[in-house]
This record gives sequence, structure tokens and C-alpha cells, in this order.
Amino acid sequence: MNGKLSQKKAPLAEALARYRKNRIVPFDVPGHKQGKGNPELVEFLGAQCLSVDVNSMKPLDNLSHPSSVIKEAEALAAEAFGADNAFFIVGGTSAAVQGMVMCSCKRGEKIIMPRNVHISAINALVLCGAIPVYVNPGANEMLGIALGMTVDNIRMAMDENPDAKAVFLNNPTYYGICSDLEAVVELAHSRGMKVIVDEAHGTHFYFGEGLPKAAMHCGADMAAVSMHKTGGSLTQSSLLLTRSMNPGYVRQILCLTQTTSASYLLMVSLDISRRNLALRGCETFARVLELAEYARQEINKIGGYYAYSTELCQDQAVFAFDRTKLSIYTRNIGLAGIEVYDILRDEYDIQIEFGDIGNILAIISVGDNERMVERLVAALYEIKRRYAKDPSGLLNNEYIAPQVILPPQNAFYGEHRFLPLKESSGHVSAEFVMCYPPGIPVLAPGERITDEIIDYIAYAEEKGCLLTGPEDATLATVKIVEG
Amino acid sequence: MELWFTEIHTPNVRFSIKVDRQLYSYTSEFQRIDIFESQEFGRILTLDGLMMVAEKDEFIYHDMIVHVPMATNPEIKRVLLIGAGDGGAVRELTRYDGIEHIDMVEIDKEVVKACREYLPSLSYKLSDPRVHLHFEDGLKFVRTRENEYDLIIVDSTDPFGPGEGLFTKEFYGNCYKALKADGILVNQHESPYYPEDALAMNRAHQRIKAFFPICKVYQAHIPTYPSGHWLFGLASKQYDPLKVDLNRWERLGLHTRYYNTDLHKGCFALPTYALELLEHGEDDDE
Repeated sequence: MNGKLSQKKAPLAEALARYRKNRIVPFDVPGHKQGKGNPELVEFLGAQCLSVDVNSMKPLDNLSHPSSVIKEAEALAAEAFGADNAFFIVGGTSAAVQGMVMCSCKRGEKIIMPRNVHISAINALVLCGAIPVYVNPGANEMLGIALGMTVDNIRMAMDENPDAKAVFLNNPTYYGICSDLEAVVELAHSRGMKVIVDEAHGTHFYFGEGLPKAAMHCGADMAAVSMHKTGGSLTQSSLLLTRSMNPGYVRQILCLTQTTSASYLLMVSLDISRRNLALRGCETFARVLELAEYARQEINKIGGYYAYSTELCQDQAVFAFDRTKLSIYTRNIGLAGIEVYDILRDEYDIQIEFGDIGNILAIISVGDNERMVERLVAALYEIKRRYAKDPSGLLNNEYIAPQVILPPQNAFYGEHRFLPLKESSGHVSAEFVMCYPPGIPVLAPGERITDEIIDYIAYAEEKGCLLTGPEDATLATVKIVEG
Repeated sequence: MELWFTEIHTPNVRFSIKVDRQLYSYTSEFQRIDIFESQEFGRILTLDGLMMVAEKDEFIYHDMIVHVPMATNPEIKRVLLIGAGDGGAVRELTRYDGIEHIDMVEIDKEVVKACREYLPSLSYKLSDPRVHLHFEDGLKFVRTRENEYDLIIVDSTDPFGPGEGLFTKEFYGNCYKALKADGILVNQHESPYYPEDALAMNRAHQRIKAFFPICKVYQAHIPTYPSGHWLFGLASKQYDPLKVDLNRWERLGLHTRYYNTDLHKGCFALPTYALELLEHGEDDDE
């Protein structure tokens, strides 16, 4: 059987179709019994959907220990993505990121990473006790966005920490910035370190043309791929891809935190989406790229907005740019990104991915067409016409270099007390504070709280960011490490 | 043999017309286009299975979407027509010698092609030298225009499908910007009767009201449209359609089958339930 032919199969989808056809009488969970016990839910979600919301059973395999259809579906995914092994993930890409970190380092071991990682990576450090070595990812001062770690900076971190076990990269970042992955892999492997990549926003790199190179194609050891973000699968479904890793050990690590009742809706969405991507991904992403380029061009014609692209690569901290990302700098029309984000939703019924202090990000994907893009462009015209104001007085995003005092696990589980946030400057935080979106911590456990951070939090709150993470949800007080 | 065209007006209501034969069927990039020949309504054009125009009753729709704003301001010179691929609105507009320029923006050139061939009684004025055809998205066309038109007519499909962008706040805002200081916007405004149409009607009205100081709604009775009771919106920056001298229009000496100046005054009088639906903002039911 040649590769192309096998990618036409979807073993898990086929097994579920057989299950449906066999009209099995269920005396197992879930208790809604193919929807019969919950007619309102059937009406809302559809009978087709409920009929395959089932539990693991012999003909449908088991995600905790795949041996038949899930195993085959994972093998097809591995082949499609150019990996040795692929693991279906049902706890979101957060679970895949945690799995990667916990597979590559243990308590007390070091991991080199940029500070602008997703919360899930630092959560993994709290769980497993590894110690982060942060590398400044560099920043574009005008846009106020973090860039990618340079090879030189990573080499310096390695020289200072030759005992580090792994290097962790965001590739691409939320905004579309990519690092020189091939060079990082070569450097890390020459020193016996693993390279693990949060590729949450890079599913399309595996299938599109004219896009930055994907992690598995660069020789990385592990990559977490959010199939649900740009690959078309259901929210919370994701893939962990590995090369030259012991698959049995990876499975054990994943099972530490994975549900034993993995959703077949999520898993079958991975199987079917993988088939689509393998068969039609190339043309799909060519179209996505075309739409994104068109939108960028039209938005830049409005004036005031800046939809950026590969010209950012002049900076050495930007090795490549993902042109399918529609990241737009809004500060020059006098509005914070988060304000444009809110106006788009509240006034124009347009929901974009996020807005931060200076930028907004719209995701263009397989589900879009020109008419939807026209709505976004027209609304941005209108927002400028109706709301533009003097940009002076708007704060720019800034990369605030963290002062790491304690490993995250020690700070999180150590003795602590609460202090009013305003009086906490100088103390070491025992918890996270995040602006959501994009879900990158402003403060992580073990880091020193500074005046600059307190000011930033107040400003973000004023502009309408959702602040998450702290035990005191109002953030009037913050939990600090005692002593 | 009996052949019937059936349109689903609601999940529980169907509307059928006996068809003699199908003249044309084509699926364009945007929608499925069909033209049927019928005894009762003559030739009918449907898009994605929804009735757009029928030869026998189209005069009602086209009279009302064109002559009400033209009588409100007979000085109109530059017109932007969005949608209207059948040519019926152009046919009525070109009867005014004062009109100098008509931009017609239709997203689907296949609709125009089909209507030129099979509905000549509607489309025969599309070749008037004042008419400039643009086959593109109306939302895209209007966003770069500023202070250019005396009248914009939105002759669109329903807000589900290719016409969706023409019922949005960004579109109405862009229209406001494209109109001159005394400009008028007229749009087909759905129907108050069936709840789904009524919701679209209410949303359109609320959104237009956010931009224009004068927003009126008027009605007509169109046998082939759901419930037969159809509304139009007239939004204006300066002229109130009920406070203008209609004799100016009378002096033009145009003969119309549905429209007349008495009807002009009467068509803005709406049934109470429709008025209540229009005023009841969509936020109220949350």
C-alpha cells in the first residue's frame, strides 16, 4: 500500500460508522445512551453527534493503551506529519505541551525557554519541578510584541547552563514570528539537549507551501500541534508529535494527567481532519494564504492600521513570518488592540482571536471566504472613521524581563501569605497573573513583583483585558512567598 | 404531469407555484440560479430555491424600491444600486432623465447573464449608457466611496447567504459615508410576519437608525414573497419622505402601475404589530 492511498483512510471514523450501523444496545456509559436519555441535548447537538458519543470498547480501542483503530489512526497522523509517533490529545494543546515538558525533564532539571511561553508550559514546571532558564525573546519596540529567541542567545544560555536537558520554543508565536528551528536543533543535539516546540499555531506548516518549516521537518524531538486551531478539528483536540522518543514512556507521561474517558467526538475529529489535511491541505492553505495576503493588503490601504508581514524578518530575532496570520497593529488610530477587539464584537458581531495592548489578531482558516474578509475590512474602516483618536498617551506593550528568584514549583507550594497588589512590589509571587488573551503570564510563581509589573496590570485591566490566574480573583491581593 | 416549485417559508409553511417548465439552472460560485416558466406568475427567478422576482408581480417591488426615494428627491443624479442583478430597478431608474450615472454592483455576474437571456422585460435597460456594471462584493465596493451618491438602493437577497454582508452595521456605516450630505438609502427590509424574517427586519432597522437622522419604513403587498407583506427602509440625511412636495414628481409625468403619490403618503402607515417589532430593539429580548 502506498502512503497516499492509506491517507484516504480514517480508521477511527470508519470504526464509529460501523458501531452506529450495528445498532448496539448500550448497557455501558455514557448514561444518555446514544442520546435517548437526553432529548433536549439531541435537539441541540443533533442525533448523529450523540450517537457516537461513546465510551471506549474493544472495537473502538482505548486512548490509554491504543492497540487497534486508535493506534492505526495515530500511525496515519504520524505519517502525515512526518513524525515517528503521533499521540491523540483530548485535553487541548495545553496537555500536549505539558506532556512534552514532563517527558524531557524531571524535578530539579533545567529547561531553556523564552519567557513568553503559554501558561501551560509554566504549569508543567509547577507540576514536575523543572527549573526554567529564561532567554529574552527580543521585542519589536514599535509593535510591542515578543519575537523569537536568536540562536546566539540560545547558545549563550547553553554555555551558562550546560546541564540543561531541553530547549523549548514557541514556533510560530501567536503573532506569527518564527525562529531558526533547524539551527537550534543542530545546536541542541550537539550538546545532548532535546528540542521541544509549542507549535500550537503551526498545524498548517506541515501541509502548506511557501510557509515556514515545521518542527518535525526540522528534526525537533517533540511538537505540540493544535489541530483545532488551524487544522479544522474540534476544540480541545490536539496532537503530540515525536521523533526518536520512546513512545511507551511518552504514553506513560501523558496518562499521568489524561482522562480515562477520552471523548470519541474529539478523537474522530482528529482522524477526519488529518485525512482532509493529508489529501487537501496543500490547496486549502494556499487559499488561506491568499485570503490573508488580500486582507493584509486591503487593511494597509485604510491607513492607520498596520498589518505586518515578512518585512519584520529584517530583525535577527525574526527568522521567518507566518503569512497566514493576520496580525494588525492598531495603536496609530489611537485605540488599544483590546479596544478594537471589543468594538468588533460588540458593534459589528465580528469575533477575532485576541487584542492586546497594541495589536489584534484575526485567524484566517479553512472555514473562511472572501465575503467574511470583506466584513472585517469594512468594519475596520468604520472603526477608524467613528472612533479614531489621538494615539498619544497610549501605553506601548513592553517586554518586561522577569527576575526569577525561585523555581516555579517551590514558589507555588512554599509558605505564603496575601498582600494587597499595590504593596507587593519587591516580593516574590507565589502565583500566576495572566492577561487573557493571549494567555502568556505577566507574572509566574517564583518571580519578583516590580512596580513596572503592577503598573502594567492596572493598565491592562483598565483597557478591558481579562486577568486570570490569581487565587483572589479580584486581584486586590496577590499571593507572595513568605520570607 | 404536475411540476411544482415549492419555497419553504418557515419549517411549517410552504408556498408552491405550478411550473410549466424549467428554463435555466446553473450553480455559480455564490448560489444556485433557476428560472422557471409558470402559468400564474410568468417567468420566475429563484436563488438557492428562494423566489427573487416573478414577471407578473415584480412591478410592485421595483416601483416601490425606486419611485418612493425618487419622489422624495427628484433631483437625484448619481445612484448606487447594490444587488439588483435582474435589472428591474435599473429599468425604473432609467426612466428619469435627471439621473446621470448609475453604478450597479452585483456580486454574481451569472445572475445578470441569466436575466439578460430569460427575463428581457426586466433586464432590457441594463445596456443604458448611464449604467455601469461592477461584478463585485457590494460591501467591498462601497467601503472606499465617500460623498459620491445621492441615492443608494440595496436590492439584496435575504441576510443568509451571499447577501449577508449587506445587512451589517459596517455596510450601513459605509453607505452613510458614501452618500452626499442630502443622500438617501433605501433597502429591501424583509417582512414583519414570520419570526425569522422579522428578526432580520428589526436588526436592519436598529443598525440603520444608528447612523441616519431620518429612518422610515414603508410597506407593499407582494404576492410571491413570504407572507405577502413586505417592507422597505428609507434612511435619509436630510429629506423626510413625508414632508416633501410630491407635485414635483407628478410633474415628471411618469406612469406607474403600483406607485402613486397618494400611496406614497399611505405606505409609511404601518400596522401596530409591525411598528412594535421595529421599535423593540434586539437587546430587549435578552
